[in-house]
Amino acid sequence: MVGVYVLLVTALVVVLVPLLYILASSLSSPAAVSAGRVFLWPVDFSLRGYQVALSNSAIVTGFLNSLFYTVVGAAISVTLTIMIAYPLSIPDLWGRKAITKFVVFTMLFAGGIIPTYLVVQALGLLDTRGALLLPQAIGVWQVIIAVAFLRSSIPDELHEAAQLDGASDLRILFTVVLPLAKPLIAVIALMYGIAQWNSYFDALLYLRDPDLAPLQIVLRNILILNTSGGSTDAAAMMERQQLANLLKYSLIVIATVPLLLVYPFVARYFTKGILVGAVKG
Amino acid sequence: MTPLRPTAVARAADTGTRGRSAARRSLRRHWQLYVMLAVPLLWFVVFKYVPMVNAVIAFKQYNVVDGIWGSDWVGLANFQRFFDNPVFGRIVSNTFILSVYAVLAGFPVPIVLALAINEVRLRFFARTVQLVTYAPFFISTVIIVSMTILVLSPRIGLLSDVFGFFGADQPNVLGDPNAFRHVYVWTDVWQTAGYSAVIYLAALAGIDPTLYEAARVDGANRLQKIIAVDLPGIAPTAVIILILGVGNVMSLGFEKAFLLQNPLNLSQSEVIATYTYKVGLINADFSLASAIGLFNSAINLVLLVTVNRVARRVTGSGLW
Repeated sequence: MVGVYVLLVTALVVVLVPLLYILASSLSSPAAVSAGRVFLWPVDFSLRGYQVALSNSAIVTGFLNSLFYTVVGAAISVTLTIMIAYPLSIPDLWGRKAITKFVVFTMLFAGGIIPTYLVVQALGLLDTRGALLLPQAIGVWQVIIAVAFLRSSIPDELHEAAQLDGASDLRILFTVVLPLAKPLIAVIALMYGIAQWNSYFDALLYLRDPDLAPLQIVLRNILILNTSGGSTDAAAMMERQQLANLLKYSLIVIATVPLLLVYPFVARYFTKGILVGAVKG
Repeated sequence: MTPLRPTAVARAADTGTRGRSAARRSLRRHWQLYVMLAVPLLWFVVFKYVPMVNAVIAFKQYNVVDGIWGSDWVGLANFQRFFDNPVFGRIVSNTFILSVYAVLAGFPVPIVLALAINEVRLRFFARTVQLVTYAPFFISTVIIVSMTILVLSPRIGLLSDVFGFFGADQPNVLGDPNAFRHVYVWTDVWQTAGYSAVIYLAALAGIDPTLYEAARVDGANRLQKIIAVDLPGIAPTAVIILILGVGNVMSLGFEKAFLLQNPLNLSQSEVIATYTYKVGLINADFSLASAIGLFNSAINLVLLVTVNRVARRVTGSGLW
């Protein structure tokens, strides 16, 4: 029993220490960060990093763009997913099995990066917001989860009763199914939203215009490629360098906190969603 | 075949005419659903199936002016170019080793974590561990990689503090090609173990309580109970997760390898996906990039089908 606690406390420490280190660094002074003096508690408390981050127009633009892609993308994805999952959850729909195979096959085999790029290009989506909203709009995994949920939580009798009352399929969807499917909608909206918020590969492939860039692209430029404006004055350069170091920590916190704030509230739904997918998928 | 179940009667009838009339009945009754389905199905055609057809450019000498269908057929020449390229062996083995390592290292950790959480009687503590270990799953790859770089950076990073504590100099982990795989795999475990553990916890929660009762009556201790009841209980879930992992062996995430790459570790960090990106979008050699992508998809498919067949034979459960 002691072994179990030691193991779990170790897991807690391993996960928490890097997170606390980043948080503490983001709240320290530029000099303390550059000297490597920060461990798990802020040294010379300062909000300079956040100030610099929030006064950078590329970061603000990226943040707003990501917000747009996340909200609009999730709305489109959820709508399309329900549009395919609801019909597939009706037991007597002719062709259900064939359509399911048609959809699931795309999990096993894919055309590849370039053939997909050519489609996006042919549709005129290159360098438009649509390039980030449409090509990834439907996830097969989410469709599987949605079908499993609709089938297990909405009894056949309900369909039959509604049908006897003369309700059409669309009416049943809007008046009976969707109100019952709120947890499902929350789960897949969250899954799609997170994927949008965190994605950068599509933007790397399809976007050139920096005004359309999502936050992750801006982050990559600053955090990994180390791009920052040049300065010749030695003292100013040293200060810039220190600020650039500090900025990285603050940026990580800014980009991560929105999701971590949402997460405890939706975690229970989210877990349920994965479970439906894992057990029935 | 009771009169109350007309559909059962219909089902028992001749299959040929049944199929057609069932189709007609379903179309009449559910026409709204078919209209609704048309939109997402069109999406699948456009964004999934058209690219599969487009993949024929792997067998062509693609040029922009003539388009996909106007370009000349060159047979397997693009594949030959890939196989003859000196990087071929290296990127295929990099991809393979990295993925197998990731599957093998990532597989047991969440199981152990889930078993441990399941043993804890303090609900609050178990919840906390779950909530905290789950959180990194929400962090983006860009952030994970930059955190890795910051934590591992020599002199000012977290790791250098640890080494400094023991009075040792920290090696330059990020510049060492041999360290790349370990960094890649263990940051991956760090990020996903808590998330995967949730799936196993669900499987554990679904185990029939009478089995535990029986184990208790037989005088089993905790460890014996885990071996005799818990592990067999989660085995089917574990098999499916393992199959999915192996099936994805070759489609290793582009994002993380690409972001962790630097000129110093390229000899081990260049994988098929990153190479395809460079060939296709930076060198604009669409045909070669498509050939590499197709080669990759084909291996993936073969691996998935093979592993599924083996798993079915050995454990009786598989994906299909």
